[in-house]
Amino acid sequence: MSKSLSLNEKPYGSPTPKHFTIVLILCLLALGLCVLASLAFGSRIIGFKELMDVLFNTSADSYDSDVIKQRMTRTVFSLLCGGALGIAGALMQAVTRNPIADPSILGVNTGASLFVVGGIAFFNIGTANEFILMACIGAAITAVFVLGVGSLGRGGPTPIKLVLAGAATSAALSSLVSAIMIPRSNVLDQVRRWQVGSVGGSSWSDIATFSPFLLIAILIAFLTAPALNALALGDETATGLGVRTGVLRLIASFAAVVLCGTITALAGPIGFVGLLATHLIRLMIGPDQRYLIPMSALAGAIVLTVSDVIGRILGRPGELEVAVVTAFVGAPILILLAMKSKVRTL
Amino acid sequence: MNTTINTIMSGRRKRRRRYVLITTILSIISLVLCGLMLYLGNTIYTVEQIVRVLTGEQIKGASFAIETIRLPRMLAGLFAGFAFGLAGSVFQTMLRNPLANPNVLGITSGSSVAAVFCIVILHSNEFVIFIASVIAGLATVTVLYLLSIRKSFSLGRLILIGIGLDAMLGSVIAYLLRISSEYDISKAYRWLSGSLNGAQMEELPPLIITVVLCTPIIILLGKHLSMLELGEQAATSLGVHTDKTRIALILGTVCMIAVATATTGPIAFVAFLAGPIASRLVGIGYSTAVPGGLVGVILVLASDLIGQFAFETKFPVGVITGILGAPYLIYLLIRMNRKGDF
Repeated sequence: MSKSLSLNEKPYGSPTPKHFTIVLILCLLALGLCVLASLAFGSRIIGFKELMDVLFNTSADSYDSDVIKQRMTRTVFSLLCGGALGIAGALMQAVTRNPIADPSILGVNTGASLFVVGGIAFFNIGTANEFILMACIGAAITAVFVLGVGSLGRGGPTPIKLVLAGAATSAALSSLVSAIMIPRSNVLDQVRRWQVGSVGGSSWSDIATFSPFLLIAILIAFLTAPALNALALGDETATGLGVRTGVLRLIASFAAVVLCGTITALAGPIGFVGLLATHLIRLMIGPDQRYLIPMSALAGAIVLTVSDVIGRILGRPGELEVAVVTAFVGAPILILLAMKSKVRTL
Repeated sequence: MNTTINTIMSGRRKRRRRYVLITTILSIISLVLCGLMLYLGNTIYTVEQIVRVLTGEQIKGASFAIETIRLPRMLAGLFAGFAFGLAGSVFQTMLRNPLANPNVLGITSGSSVAAVFCIVILHSNEFVIFIASVIAGLATVTVLYLLSIRKSFSLGRLILIGIGLDAMLGSVIAYLLRISSEYDISKAYRWLSGSLNGAQMEELPPLIITVVLCTPIIILLGKHLSMLELGEQAATSLGVHTDKTRIALILGTVCMIAVATATTGPIAFVAFLAGPIASRLVGIGYSTAVPGGLVGVILVLASDLIGQFAFETKFPVGVITGILGAPYLIYLLIRMNRKGDF
């Protein structure tokens, strides 16, 4: 498979992007800080010294260590989710050749949510694997539908058409989510996560369940990256370079859908992370997918973890769902993209 | 020559008749729905009892049910629906695209943020809420305008920026609801998708006054509005002060949307649906403002009745309009994309 798709010979001989090493180091540093912040902040703030004590002195047995253990799960979970959303965003942008594509803007996350909520309400599903399966089906159907509607007419899938199709579909689906949830108000708090995404309440078993799915999808993303570079040159050029564009699109979309589906199944719909992460990275290291995809994962992890920390600080003593924060920090990117773009390309 | 004039005149008469007919039918349906809003409920009172209560008589049981529950609910739905519908049609005509409506552009969310802040955090009185939501609505329009003027105007850009603003304002609403001391999911629904639950008589005067004051102004400008639809240059050459007309229309409609939002929350899709439905019914040549408003009333009241009585559980009106409206939005998108509007 990889032979028919990839362009391992580097036909355009692109070297490592200019500031790649610096950006990588900065991102890793930022990631480290995020992890520390995520462990330290919450309804109870733990000082740096105590934090280090608990982390490096395993015998320390205190209230703080319990708190930190719980936050550890949450941190790992949000790092994985953020990374996955970053990759999904990059893949969707590459597949649609559209800078505004993002799982939430295209309504894919809401579709996944609806299927999970519907599954709980009508088919009594309850295990994480069933959630993931339903969410992936929902994500896939929504993606096909939105891309279908957005590609109609002149010029194919232009940003404005895709965004409108996504926004309309998303609004429709979230009304349905509400309609399913309201009569079941006794379970409302448990299923509320699928209305507004949150990384709270995650467990190690959740992480263990979805890791294989993520791994497969990430592997596909990395394998298709070189071919996606060719796709960026246009369908005809890509075909000329020996890429089977149809197969490539199908495989890359599959990976994106699996990523969105698994994340939404466990955390609920979280938006704008992919958009923010990919554009921040693209600004710094340029559009080469082989670097963009892994770095977007890193940036996505940072964005989601920071947002979660912000949500915990703003929402004290409770917490503000992470999806609320990501919408606020991510939506300006959409506005900026709209402001910068030329009229014709909309 | 004469026959040409005759054809034109008869076409005009036909369109005029159609406009009057449609408006009358819509008004009658609205009135029937208003009646049903008063009539239906846990206890069903006779029409005679309802009339007696409305004329000021005190009847045990009936007075409470009708005066404090059904009447405010009906009036809130009536005036908010009219405001949303009228504003939606005006925006549609002004920007020549049904998707450019106050909901999509984030104007309702702007007003919503102010209303939530005043109600949930400050516990202000109706007047302050009214002023704050109007100011916030106008501020949102201004920001939207400032962000979207570039070398050339593009509707696509305006809509994308509006969607972005809407997402940001939506998260501010979620944040305000979360930090409020009395977090309550059913109250939250009012600010997420709109609801007539808990409409109170005391909240209504600003809404009713604004609608009554702004509607005539917008109808008077309606003639200019239909010329604006022909395009900027054509309208100017027909003697319309395009800028003044537009500013007056925006001021009027945003006031109406702001108060309506402060009273019922942003009822999903009403502003968006009313315009296309009204223009389909009325046809070309007449302003869709009033028919649009009436379509808004019908949508809100009918959806609220469905939400209250059609299912075992009571649904807030916004959920029903959302489910009814979204497929139509998607249908409209498909049609517009096929035609190549974007």
